[in-house]
Amino acid sequence: MSQVQPAIAAPVPLAAEAPRRRRFLGADLTTHVILLLGVVLFALPIWIVLMGSTHDAATIGRGEVPLLPGSEGWNNYATAWSEGNTRRASVPVSTMMFNSAVMALLITVGKLAISITSAYAVAFFSFPGRMLCFWAIFITLMLPVEVRIFPTFQVVSDLGMVNTYQGLIIPLIASATATLLFRQFFLTIPDELVEAAKMDGAGPMRFFKDIVLPLSATNIAALFVILFVYGWNQYLWPLLVTTSTDVETIVIGIVKMLGAEADTEWNIVMATTVLALLPPVAVVILMQRWFVKGLTETEK
Amino acid sequence: MRRKVIFGNKLLPYLLLAPQLIVTAIFFFWPAAEAIRYSFLRQDAFGISVMFVGLENFQDLFADDRYLQVVWNTIWFSFWVTVLSMGVALLLAVLADRHIRGRDTYRTLLIWPYAIAPAIAAVLYIFLFHPSLGLLGRALNGFGVPWDYRLNGDQAMLVVILAAAWKQVSYNFLFFLAGLQSIPKSVLEAAAIDGASPSRRFWTVIFPLLSPTTFFLLVINITSAVFDTFGIIDALTGGGPGNATQTMIYRAYVDGRVNLDLGSSAAQSVVLMIAVMALTLVQFRFIERRVHY
Repeated sequence: MSQVQPAIAAPVPLAAEAPRRRRFLGADLTTHVILLLGVVLFALPIWIVLMGSTHDAATIGRGEVPLLPGSEGWNNYATAWSEGNTRRASVPVSTMMFNSAVMALLITVGKLAISITSAYAVAFFSFPGRMLCFWAIFITLMLPVEVRIFPTFQVVSDLGMVNTYQGLIIPLIASATATLLFRQFFLTIPDELVEAAKMDGAGPMRFFKDIVLPLSATNIAALFVILFVYGWNQYLWPLLVTTSTDVETIVIGIVKMLGAEADTEWNIVMATTVLALLPPVAVVILMQRWFVKGLTETEK
Repeated sequence: MRRKVIFGNKLLPYLLLAPQLIVTAIFFFWPAAEAIRYSFLRQDAFGISVMFVGLENFQDLFADDRYLQVVWNTIWFSFWVTVLSMGVALLLAVLADRHIRGRDTYRTLLIWPYAIAPAIAAVLYIFLFHPSLGLLGRALNGFGVPWDYRLNGDQAMLVVILAAAWKQVSYNFLFFLAGLQSIPKSVLEAAAIDGASPSRRFWTVIFPLLSPTTFFLLVINITSAVFDTFGIIDALTGGGPGNATQTMIYRAYVDGRVNLDLGSSAAQSVVLMIAVMALTLVQFRFIERRVHY
């Protein structure tokens, strides 16, 4: 086929082809211009902060918005990393990054673990109360933690979990999104596959480990991205449940640094902002292919 | 939907479900029940005595002009965030779906803002719109526009809307792109052969086929504009100036945490719960319907 096509294309007079091609070129150009504008729209605020983080506090304080790199970058990042905001007693960024990483990873692993097993139970077993269990989990979709924030805080405080990683993490694990996605995916696994596995004498745990888990790799990867970003970006819940700076996360830390405006070290804030952006952005970019694939497949 | 082939174990499914059910019971059902209980109670200022007041908390809420203002703020804010972020995302997705050079690079560059925390987006927007530090804020003042979102309520609302929409675009972009890619190429080719112009093809073929995605995003966007934007508002404006940028979540937080009026805060939570439930039910019914055809 591929050898035939050029032979057919060749006789078309070039003169007739030219205006059409030019029109397509024009449409392409518009496409590129608009897409580039979109990219700039997203990149501009980041660029400002990235450049700002390499200047000294005085330059930014005077309002001379730097659009090119300065010479203080190393100092700013080193100060932020090891001391944080120097004018007020504050937590070093390294501590806050560690707390955010612990929180994001444990929320991710915890949610994945409890939701893949519960989705497996609902999809592959028949037992009394099955639909009741499903609905009990499903209904949590409707009420994000923000809505029941004070009662949840009360419960966490009654359990003595304020200012602990457990208090920070476990309440955020209770949600149904991942369970629903896994259940939806499990329902697409053909009955024949289960039948064959049963005939080969595989029990439910064997089937889970050898068939279901490997098949779920894409979904797990996509959910890893979603949940990691969700965990890292939490704001309202940590704000309420962490009063001690030992467990302060970086998203909270930055907003606290803004505090009284006159006293703000803008260069440190900017460096901290860049550091806070890096891990979730890295996860999204590195796992982009799986992330998009996982979302596309669950959408269908 | 129920599968024909299943495992017959008696105890195992309960063991598999136990972790999620326990976490859900302790950190979901218990607090949700408490929220409903508190909403019927009133505490005196010192938290010493509590009494049952029936629906009074709700009556007070809807008799309060300031709360109605907050409800209106929430609607206004969510509307503009949704319209802006979905409009821009659809435009970019349609363009990024074309066969052009560098398509994958564009996609990566448009997807990564998904990872930015709302509170961090707010910090980025401070450096754009701050009247003396921000690039645009300074420029506006330089052109003689009296720009200070910390004093002017309308300007404050504009900045939080822009920051929230900016943050939401990449999420919508992802889903629109996925939706576009699932449209069969043969349908589009057929329309092209019939001589439909690109814009006609978009409105008569692509847009209707995208409607499930659009509807899904509409619900998600409204929900996230109502609930996920606490960080943006807290970091950018703190609900001010006055209470120009207070939304329902923000107000529930302020009343509970700062004013220590737990009864009113709980009543506000219940109002929000009913609102989310309504939204989720609409969405769920729609998705169920989609599954059938």
